[in-house]
Amino acid sequence: MRITAVVERVFDIATRRLDGPLMVVIVVLAAISLTAVYSASGGDSFDRAFGQLRNFAVAFIAMWIVANVSPQTLMRIAIPVYIVGLMLLVSVALFGEIRNGARRWLNFGFVTIQPSEIMKLGMPLILAWYFHKKEEGLNWRDYALAGLILMLPTGLVMRQPDLGTSILVFSAGFFVIFLAGLSWRILISAGVAGAVALPFLWPLLHDYQRERVLTLLDPMKDPLGAGYHIIQSTIAIGSGGVLGKGWLNGSQAQLDFIPERSTDFILAVFGEEFGLVGTLLLLCLYLIVIGRGFMIAMNASTSFSRLLAGALTMSFFTYAFVNIGMVSGILPVVGVPLPLMSYGGTAILSLCLGFGMLMSISTHKQLVSS
Amino acid sequence: MVGTNIKNREAELNVFRSRVIVATIAILVAFLLLASRLIYLQVVKRDQYHTMAEANRISVVPVVPNRGVIYDRNGEVLAANYSAFTLEVTPSKVQHLEKVLDDLATIIDIQPKDRRRFKRLLEESKSFESLPIRNRLTEAEVARFAVNRYRFLGFDIRARLFRNYPFGEVASHAIGYIGRINDADLKKIEADNLSRNYKGTDHIGKLGIEGSYEAELHGTTGSEQVEIDAGGRAIRSLAKSEPVAGNNLRLTLDIKLQQVVEEAFGEFRGALVALDPSNGEVLAFVSKPGFDPNLFVDGIDPVNWDLLNNSEDKPLNNRALRGQYPPGSTIKPFMALAALENGKRTPEYSIVDPGQWMLPGLARPYRDWKKGGHGVVNLHKSIVVSCDTYYYGLGNDLGIDRINAFMTPFGFGSKNGIDIDGELTGLMPSQEWKQKRFKQKWYAGDTIPVAIGQGYWLATPLQLATATAILANGGTQVTPHLLKEVINSKTNEKRSYKPPPQSELSFKPEHLNLVRRAMVDVMLPGGTAASAGAGAGYSIAGKTGTAQVIAIKQGEKYDARKIDERHRDHALFIGFAPADQPKIALALLVENGGGGGGTASPIAREIFDYYLLGKLPDLAKRKRRDYDLDPSR
Repeated sequence: MRITAVVERVFDIATRRLDGPLMVVIVVLAAISLTAVYSASGGDSFDRAFGQLRNFAVAFIAMWIVANVSPQTLMRIAIPVYIVGLMLLVSVALFGEIRNGARRWLNFGFVTIQPSEIMKLGMPLILAWYFHKKEEGLNWRDYALAGLILMLPTGLVMRQPDLGTSILVFSAGFFVIFLAGLSWRILISAGVAGAVALPFLWPLLHDYQRERVLTLLDPMKDPLGAGYHIIQSTIAIGSGGVLGKGWLNGSQAQLDFIPERSTDFILAVFGEEFGLVGTLLLLCLYLIVIGRGFMIAMNASTSFSRLLAGALTMSFFTYAFVNIGMVSGILPVVGVPLPLMSYGGTAILSLCLGFGMLMSISTHKQLVSS
Repeated sequence: MVGTNIKNREAELNVFRSRVIVATIAILVAFLLLASRLIYLQVVKRDQYHTMAEANRISVVPVVPNRGVIYDRNGEVLAANYSAFTLEVTPSKVQHLEKVLDDLATIIDIQPKDRRRFKRLLEESKSFESLPIRNRLTEAEVARFAVNRYRFLGFDIRARLFRNYPFGEVASHAIGYIGRINDADLKKIEADNLSRNYKGTDHIGKLGIEGSYEAELHGTTGSEQVEIDAGGRAIRSLAKSEPVAGNNLRLTLDIKLQQVVEEAFGEFRGALVALDPSNGEVLAFVSKPGFDPNLFVDGIDPVNWDLLNNSEDKPLNNRALRGQYPPGSTIKPFMALAALENGKRTPEYSIVDPGQWMLPGLARPYRDWKKGGHGVVNLHKSIVVSCDTYYYGLGNDLGIDRINAFMTPFGFGSKNGIDIDGELTGLMPSQEWKQKRFKQKWYAGDTIPVAIGQGYWLATPLQLATATAILANGGTQVTPHLLKEVINSKTNEKRSYKPPPQSELSFKPEHLNLVRRAMVDVMLPGGTAASAGAGAGYSIAGKTGTAQVIAIKQGEKYDARKIDERHRDHALFIGFAPADQPKIALALLVENGGGGGGTASPIAREIFDYYLLGKLPDLAKRKRRDYDLDPSR
């Protein structure tokens, strides 16, 4: 009897801050990820699959911890996280380590971190906090300040250069502003202004960034160079057909034709081996995550929780959309991993921290409303 | 305050909800876009991408056939293949090639010769081609390289088939050699629509039999479907169509005879062609000096190339086919036959030879080689003692056009159609030719030197041999050829050489017999080659000849001792044996050898002895032989 009680108690502590539907889908996605990563590592070594399992384990623990933190506490850490993140980004710009021609990493001796990752969460946190505080009557000045909060880190990340992450950081913050109710007039005029400014921004892009856009428009222009990634990944996905070639049977994947096959291009491996059935299933799972996220946001009790949950959900969508769009050849190649699928500890950790926040919001609302 | 607060919160919530709805719609649209893109790729375009994926995955690798083996008439191997390891490099994959080669030299023996050859190859090839640096690696070297392999990116050890010519220089001009395919070969392969069959082949027959029977020897390239990864490494074999090895060739050459001939020539330059007079089979085909065809197989290194190419002896020149010499007195039997057949001479007709001859009405004397002349000379004696004076008059009576008409069917002045490339036509002059060539009339005086095989007349040793064979067989126009039969390497099915249609030249038997008898007497006491004919034990028909290299001034005496070696006369000999039932007919020329009787005919005797009796030459006797400084013709 007592043992059952203890077990029940432990189970309750373990699960009471977790959001059931979200948890189920995340676990399913993690399982799919493990099979795909195993296949992408050649199907004869468990090293990568175990590595990914470890990544998920660490990320789930972090998610559980965050889920047990109340939204109020999250609100309290918003400013410190943002400030620390900003400082680290400035340090990167000053002392960062250059790898592959980009200054993105900070080396602390024992660990190397990429501060732009912190901003993916720091940005929605600070802006959700900001709009929560400014609940009454927002005027254009408030939006202008929000814009400054948004553009500072975005600009720093873009300068590294890391176009992919800067888009993610920007969109995470922008979603908060959007959800906070920035008027359509401003949104539309900003959109038009952006479209007009595009030709002027073009020369500001780095050569390799321009090349990626041009490659998207015509991948066959340089089939062995810049176009190679896109061509090989679309061949992989397309050749998968409706049912796929079967697990571990994708020739593009197994014979090394897909670049970055366990990380950014894992969808090509998955799509080749599991076909349209697999890719559409993946889209459905992502939609369920997004739907659940929005539900949590709608039911949230405070403005901060709503905005944070909504923005995190939309960010999740953005990751999925940008990656699938890139791998299937309708968006330029930017380094955005497929959420919960691509191999990589940092990306999974930051996603699960976001899910932890969603779960915290989902499971703490009764406390707040009471 | 609280009220407004609640109202504000209501409004704010409404805004938020409407924004979420907008976002949801946008997200659904975006996912619909992704879904339709995936459907487009995986359903609509599936077949196209499937094909592309297969093309990525499957590489068709040519499987090079074994080149046919070349045998001599008795089955001795003249050219064969063997497998060995080569060290190859793809230059485009290596950055500091020179330095890496130095490193490599510490574990694998790389001679300066190898480097030179490699440098030459490098200049001639494209940088992404795999080029051999060292051939025939030892097992130890292969092992050493395997251990150090990681240090030498772009270098690879490959098992390759090599061509080997076990007899080296012997018969090199007949067998020829293979060499790496160059741009000219490539163009030819493309023009012949053979590109498919030459995928993976990097050597091609360049000269001689290797060149002319390339189509037989090469075989049909097979292919292997290999699954490859993105790096181009083969993962596994999917399907294979076996190559068909090239056909083996049996030549008419007798390599032992060939060796005897080449040894008989010693240090002399020259050429010899020996034929089976009944069918034109080439029994021996010699051009001295020769070269080692093995040098060419892997690309010759520049030092050896210069040695061969710039040597004063011109070892690369195929003298038997391309050497055009005045035939000299060797054509006297043919001239005699021409006069008999044309009714310009009878066997009984004789002259008293004063040692010179003059055109009627002109004072310019044409001298006989023998001062004071040969006395009474009839047709028989004119051949035996090689009387020039007799032929001056004979030639004048025949006239150039009759000479031309008679000699052309013997093969003079045109290619004889031997089955290797490069044959030159020589020159059989005529009135028409002179008009064309010099825009000049033919003078009677032009005919006189032609009658003794000088003047405008030029013949190749091959032509002389062919003509001799026709004389020996009684008038059958044979086509000299080196191929005896093609042997299918798989089924062993044999396909004999098919000669072009042969026609018969008809001569009166008594005329032929007269000429042949005289040629037999050339080899007997009193004849110009009596010493070479002595004690043969079988009858030889022969004729000596001497061809002037430089003109001797009027009144000046030819004295070999006073003349630079390379300006000395060429020695010639034609002959066949046994005289009554010829099994072998030959023509040979020794450059700057002096008189044909002294230098050329003993070589012929050695060959007859070997071919007919199996007797190897007496080396001691040969050692004593030197340049024949006797001015006799």
